[in-house]
Amino acid sequence: MTNFDAWKHAYAARAENLAVSEVRALFSVVSRPEVVSLAGGMPDVAALDVDLIDKAYQSLMANRRNYALQYGGGQGDLRLREQIQDLMALEGIHGSVDDITVTTGSQHALELISDLFLDQGDVVLVEAPSYVGAVGIFRHKEAHIEHVFTDQDGISPEALEEAADRLSAEGKKIKLLYLVPNFANPSGVTLSEGRRKQVLEICKSRGILIVEDNPYGQLYFDQKPPKAMRSLDEENIVYLGSFSKILSPGLRVGYVLAPPAIREKLVLANESAILSPASFAQILVSEYLSVANWQEQVESFRQLYKTKRDAAMQAVDQYLPKVETTRPAGGFFLWLTLPKGLNSKEMLPLAVTELVAYTPGTAFYGDGRGAENIRVCFSHPSAVNVKVGIERLSRVVNQQIELIETFGKTE
Amino acid sequence: MAEIRVLVLAGGISHERDISLKSGRRVADALTDAGISAEIREPDDEFIGHLMATRPDLVWSTLHGAVGEDGSIQDLLQLSGTPFVGSDSAGARLAWSKPVSKVLVSRQGLATPKSITLPRSSFKEMNAESVLAMVGTELGFPVIVKPAKSGSAQGLTKVSDAKSFGKAMVDAFAYGDQVLVESYVEGTELAVSVIDTGNGPVVLPAVEIVPESGQFGYSERYTPGQTDYYVPARLSQELLDEAAEVALAAHNALGLRHLSRIDLIVDESGKIWFLEANVTPGMTETSLLPQAVIAAGSDLAETYGALARSVARG
Repeated sequence: MTNFDAWKHAYAARAENLAVSEVRALFSVVSRPEVVSLAGGMPDVAALDVDLIDKAYQSLMANRRNYALQYGGGQGDLRLREQIQDLMALEGIHGSVDDITVTTGSQHALELISDLFLDQGDVVLVEAPSYVGAVGIFRHKEAHIEHVFTDQDGISPEALEEAADRLSAEGKKIKLLYLVPNFANPSGVTLSEGRRKQVLEICKSRGILIVEDNPYGQLYFDQKPPKAMRSLDEENIVYLGSFSKILSPGLRVGYVLAPPAIREKLVLANESAILSPASFAQILVSEYLSVANWQEQVESFRQLYKTKRDAAMQAVDQYLPKVETTRPAGGFFLWLTLPKGLNSKEMLPLAVTELVAYTPGTAFYGDGRGAENIRVCFSHPSAVNVKVGIERLSRVVNQQIELIETFGKTE
Repeated sequence: MAEIRVLVLAGGISHERDISLKSGRRVADALTDAGISAEIREPDDEFIGHLMATRPDLVWSTLHGAVGEDGSIQDLLQLSGTPFVGSDSAGARLAWSKPVSKVLVSRQGLATPKSITLPRSSFKEMNAESVLAMVGTELGFPVIVKPAKSGSAQGLTKVSDAKSFGKAMVDAFAYGDQVLVESYVEGTELAVSVIDTGNGPVVLPAVEIVPESGQFGYSERYTPGQTDYYVPARLSQELLDEAAEVALAAHNALGLRHLSRIDLIVDESGKIWFLEANVTPGMTETSLLPQAVIAAGSDLAETYGALARSVARG
């Protein structure tokens, strides 16, 4: 007898969830140019001025080559941390260079935080819906993922309070609240200023650590979002930032600002996992920030993504009149709600046939919800292709409506 | 002997693209191990130009789904005059349509579960509820609902009652315009591969499939550890011989060549039922045909190499 896995008896219990999925397999078509992908949350790196990268690279090779090619410290390069400090000041944050740890993308920071705080069954409160990469980490840690009602102004303080009290009364340990307050992935919504204060108070009074993930904050279209929650409180918030959206996700450079006691453990955990974050990538980012006019580049990204957002909104209004959408003021995503009875996961094979890909809403929930939702990412395709993709999506939706109308009543 | 150049065709825009790419890489690796030069290509807009410019000795397609199994790629290769591994366009067309292949094998006296094929258009004209009610009554639950033209278990559901029938139909229609509803036969699930490396079709040892979850779905097929396989199957020699005969008869009834995988079920009474034939069987690390090759005492390089050389000789 064979089952092609000689180590089946040996895996840790948490490896049980790691299985292939049809949805993942269907995504492999996005690498074909004929397919318009509204699926992956990727920045448009082709719009990055390569001369700026070249300038940063030349400077690295001329001035810091040996340093960049060597192991680094577990906390990350000091000069880069100073620059991160300046960058965070743009979000209203005053943090010490000593409390910043550089990580392999902010995803790695979230993995480290989760590893420090989550035992099996511990509760993590998240938005409804929440970032797929975070849901994946929390699931892998065997945490209880509790989605809290979220609307156009972000997570609802009333629902948060209700969930926290209910779960505490059940004897559960609530460890973290994970939030993307600005132009959230996947919903595109922004947490209002008033709610930021309320959410902070609710968590503070209950001893729940807030993990504030802010990869999109600088990518606003008209006006800046409210100041980061971390600007309001130093002790109860761990703040995650990233260069993936304002520079390049290929470099895998992110960071975490944490209160000193947590930071101490984060640095040790970082060293234990990877010895040090990649020196070369860190120094390249550092040189980029010092020699390139990166603010101008970010401004050009804002204009670019705004144009694509507009194209996406117009196409949804034109082709998907029965579908509800969020109206993001920044970031990469629209969150669609399909007419009742439709299932975005079941529709995906039709989408492959129509040469369009999207992410079904179920990916953004840890509890099976989201079947009636779709995340549309407008950041990567051209504005024209965003429109083409949504027009194709409308054909998929119409076919599915027809199928449901035919068979729905037989259930 | 001059070195043979093989163009392995893999990928394509289909629901089974991922599986096809994995199959293609496995085939190319085995051919390379056999000392044969193998290049993997996508069936994209440059493919025909590349084919005509480089003139490989043969093409080995691992394209799954309509793009590789409905006979059209075979037609193109025939037109181009390039030898290729696998069934010709006529054989591919007959096997690709599960309803057609069921008719053909039953004419040869093989048993196949009672079924009905329902095109999407038929529901537009008739009342879906009454159609499904009649099908349910006639076939009796449980039934298997699956796309009439597909592989890899995508869109397949075992339906145990009328309540979940509609949803299963919606799932299957997402993969194509025709759905096959088939009586469910409980028994030992077998995959029997047939291969012809130049000396006539040879039946390989039957692979018995025992999925942990009870259903051999997508995850069970492609996640190592989720399905137990027994090669040869745990059946009497008599039944194993009979299964081999059935597989060969089906392979011949459909006019298939070089290699095929015939899926069968042996019920409690020992009756063998034909389910479907695959002209482009999966070649991934968990696929059934490679397991059978190894169980037969060969290795993949030796067998795939012999097949390629035989096709190149013409």
